[in-house]
Amino acid sequence: MSFLDGMTWLLIYQLVGEIGVQMLGWPVPGPVLGMILLFLTLLVRKGVSASVDTASHALLSHLSLLFVPAGVGMMVYFERLKQEWFPIVSALVLGTLITMAAAALVMQAGTRLFSAKAARDG
Amino acid sequence: MADPDLATIWVYLSTTPLIGLTVTLIAYSLGHRLYVYANRNPLLNPVVTAIAALILFLQLTGVSYATYFEGAQFVHFLLGPATVALAVPLYQQCAKVRRRLLPLTITLVVGAIVGAGSSAGIAWLLGASIETQLSLAPKSVTTPVAMGISEQIGGLPSLTAVLVVATGILGAVMGTALFRLLRIKDDAVKGVALGIAAHGMGTARAFQLNREMGAFAGLAMALSALTAAILLPWLLKLLGML
Repeated sequence: MSFLDGMTWLLIYQLVGEIGVQMLGWPVPGPVLGMILLFLTLLVRKGVSASVDTASHALLSHLSLLFVPAGVGMMVYFERLKQEWFPIVSALVLGTLITMAAAALVMQAGTRLFSAKAARDG
Repeated sequence: MADPDLATIWVYLSTTPLIGLTVTLIAYSLGHRLYVYANRNPLLNPVVTAIAALILFLQLTGVSYATYFEGAQFVHFLLGPATVALAVPLYQQCAKVRRRLLPLTITLVVGAIVGAGSSAGIAWLLGASIETQLSLAPKSVTTPVAMGISEQIGGLPSLTAVLVVATGILGAVMGTALFRLLRIKDDAVKGVALGIAAHGMGTARAFQLNREMGAFAGLAMALSALTAAILLPWLLKLLGML
């Protein structure tokens, strides 16, 4: 029962998220609002119930399987990929390198800046 | 019923959701076995081999993507609850964040803007169509959220899914060399960068290297999905109005 209860809770949060996004007119995916709401609930409850923990662990440990059906959809875009392969490959490789470098450098600078400040103040 | 030939059975089965669902699970399971057998080589990521095998299968049997998806949608649907489920690891790693909250917040915002801007910008400079640019923008974000963002901003969600998977593989393969080049030694910093730039696959790579890096990568993946989902649609709306 525990898995089923957990799944039910996840679906309820997703549903509330979808309804919330529609009602507020926010340009945010419904499941993301559901995730925020569940996160806030966990903060208030100060803990994760066994059922939600079981269900989320089951889903997240097979997360990569869930990408497959959408990925197969690339067969619909073969023409586009053939025509635009150069900008796409360039954007993928350079974009990923730039993003990772920017994130690493900002995080490193930030950590040094704030830990130096904390050491000085403390 | 006098023994129907195989062709008749196939004609019947190819229109039911059972085939699409079953071949998806078979392809993934075989892909995963191959990946484990190859010592978890990131180039043999089971998502990639499963997608390639399924496309080959559909091309050979002449089944359309729409027919296949009638079965595969049951797997695809679970991306929604899986996104909600990300709240659990996020909560469990909450204590670790508190100490580095300020630098992490700044990095998340910079990462979301640079991630979308660099990929869409490069595609734009090299003359890609607007749908391709928009589909590339959320490529560093974990798939369920990236597809949601893509749909919101007018990209093609299934093209985004493919681009996200490719990004994850590239990030996992290039990460270690990039950190050496930039002389980055702090595991928390490496983890955050992997999670922001290469989502779940970067996180899996970080966990291979060490646990602290993995925890920070998982956290950064979940938080950057949140940041991008909130920032990107508004950012584009703003840009569109100018």
